[in-house]
Amino acid sequence: MNTLSLVIQREFLTRVRKRSFIIMTLLMPLLMTSLSFVPLWLSTLNDGGEKNIIVIDNTGIYAPMLESTDTYRFQTVGKAQESEYRSQIGKDVFAILQITDDLNVNPNAITLLSEKQSPQELRSIIENALSEKVMQQKLDVLSQSNNVNTEAITQVRSIVESGSRVSIKTMKWGEDGTVSESSTEVATIIGMVFTILIYMFILMYGNMVMQAVLEEKKSRIVEVMVSSVKPVKLLIGKIIGIGLVGITQLVIWGILLGVLFSVLTMFIAAPQPTPGMPAPAEMGEFDMASIMNSVMSINWFEIVLFFLVFFIGGYILYASIFAMFASAVDSEEDTSQFMMPVTIIIMFAFFAGFYSVSNPDGPLAFWASLIPFSSPIVMMVRIPFGIPMWEKLLAVALLYGTFILISILAAKIYRVGILMYGKKPSIKEMIKWVKYK
Amino acid sequence: MSYLQTTNVIKQYAQHLALDKVSIQVPRGTVFGLLGPNGAGKTTLIRIITRITAPDSGEVFINGRLSKSEDVYNIGYLPEERGLYKKMKVGEQAMYLAQLRGLSKKDAHRELMIWFKRFDIAGWYNRKVEELSKGMQQKVQFISTVIHNPDLLIFDEPFSGFDPVNAELVKDEMLRLKDEGKTIILSTHNMESVEALCDNIALINKSQVVLQGKVYDIRKEHSPGIFRFRLRADDFMFEHPTFTLISKEPYHEYIDIRIKKKPEVTNNELAKLIFDNFDVVAYDEEIPTMNDVFIKTVKQ
Repeated sequence: MNTLSLVIQREFLTRVRKRSFIIMTLLMPLLMTSLSFVPLWLSTLNDGGEKNIIVIDNTGIYAPMLESTDTYRFQTVGKAQESEYRSQIGKDVFAILQITDDLNVNPNAITLLSEKQSPQELRSIIENALSEKVMQQKLDVLSQSNNVNTEAITQVRSIVESGSRVSIKTMKWGEDGTVSESSTEVATIIGMVFTILIYMFILMYGNMVMQAVLEEKKSRIVEVMVSSVKPVKLLIGKIIGIGLVGITQLVIWGILLGVLFSVLTMFIAAPQPTPGMPAPAEMGEFDMASIMNSVMSINWFEIVLFFLVFFIGGYILYASIFAMFASAVDSEEDTSQFMMPVTIIIMFAFFAGFYSVSNPDGPLAFWASLIPFSSPIVMMVRIPFGIPMWEKLLAVALLYGTFILISILAAKIYRVGILMYGKKPSIKEMIKWVKYK
Repeated sequence: MSYLQTTNVIKQYAQHLALDKVSIQVPRGTVFGLLGPNGAGKTTLIRIITRITAPDSGEVFINGRLSKSEDVYNIGYLPEERGLYKKMKVGEQAMYLAQLRGLSKKDAHRELMIWFKRFDIAGWYNRKVEELSKGMQQKVQFISTVIHNPDLLIFDEPFSGFDPVNAELVKDEMLRLKDEGKTIILSTHNMESVEALCDNIALINKSQVVLQGKVYDIRKEHSPGIFRFRLRADDFMFEHPTFTLISKEPYHEYIDIRIKKKPEVTNNELAKLIFDNFDVVAYDEEIPTMNDVFIKTVKQ
């Protein structure tokens, strides 16, 4: 059998058979699903009971604006009863909302009292309802004053009201508002997930290559190997073998996650047989359906394809760099000097990816997704948002061109480095190695 | 005829010249000792022969023609610094190395079983390498060097790490391989084993070959011309212009003397002179050991 495939086989099999690999590969999807489903599940549990919010509105303007939802029931009472309800907080009463003054005049005249930290959801319900009212009030006040044209006010009103609709229409996803909005979120989440995955895998498997090179050099097995395998083949075999381990892990994760998610989704979204089932379950079902809808609307084939293309490019690029430095030194401690700049670049790419989520077409995102050292990580954030094909192809071309150059360089240094012991070489010496026959 | 030959091999590293016009001839079917102090350039020369590195100039001939990359499958090289994958099982590892050296899976397994039996380590097949003692690991390494039945074998310090029993076992295996017609290059600092095993040697010092030839010839050439006689006599007061006395020492009822002959006198003449005048019980020429030759040559 050809030596390269033997090397690949060994690198692959010894790692895949490791107990730690098997455990990690099987447990991670479980952990990931439980991490995302348990909070969802817990939140449906909480939503089971109605929560009473006592509203004490001194002005009497705002209380009617608060419409009870499935979860929160607003109950308006007079001021006199406040102390009476206060003692019931945490029992029948979830929270007390107090409005002491005209919010138009005094925006701070509102407080929400509760025993626990009040949920974000409740606060936004109240804020949304009241902000609208306050705006109405302000416009009313304005229109009542004599020096303003009432017609202008009407126009302002219509502009303000239509404002949100305009912004929804600028989002390019889906047909109607809800899907559009959740689609952006889904794109963000998918982009982030793939970015974190690619970042994690480049670091993890790049490190694995480094460890493997160091192990071979430290144990001096490499001396035995090079007499029958060309060092370059040893390096290529190692990078491919370990890369295949990574892809195997990804594929298993993908399949397991897919199965687990669809099983759990069915379980959570399944229509309940009992008619007396509380409403929140329906809410959950609706949300889930719309999320699933937008998940389906994303071009998965394209994303997965580019993920693999960028993963392979990024992995080989960084694995070559890691292997190059590992071959030049004798021990782990000595690698830090060389690893530091590489790690900083990867970290930069990761944060660039992170910030690109909020502005996927901004200059940072654009350039970082073209520069080969950060493109595998940053581009994955942008792809779910839909970017022109030429950018993607240019990024791939740049990445692959760079990794070919870097891996040739790495092979030249590796070839000399693995057989050099003793003093840690300087960058200058390593450049000399490149020229050796 | 030489099985392996290098001509004027030069290798320059960044700061120093590792090999300076090194030419050696290794006859077929012999054991060739490659000697030299640490850092003399032996390992570099071996790496050039095994095509791990290329010389800056000069050629390597194998079997009369320029060496080419396929030749590595016909070379078994046991490096001085050697190791194994610690986490791998002994059998798997040996199989891996055997296959890398060009054997098919089936052949590798068959050969491996023969060697494991010969070295009495068949029971270790499924043990992890890290559980093995150093000597055991050396055996696995030795096996993986010879398993593909190459014509040229290069052993760099093969005896280090072996107890005397196992060192003897390895020595015997090397002689057996030589009898099978293999050509062996042995690089070692153990001069006793050089004398016991090697037919020819080359001594490399400071990147150059300073000595090359048959072991016995070299030792004789370095003989300072000192003869030892055991005489039945009470004392030795004899003086003659053909020799100078170095030492005398009574030994039971005899006396042992060491005399250094003048270069213009033949051994025969000196022996005759002593035999004519004394009752000689035993005599021999003091031939320096390889150790002496090594030290003398390197110190020059």
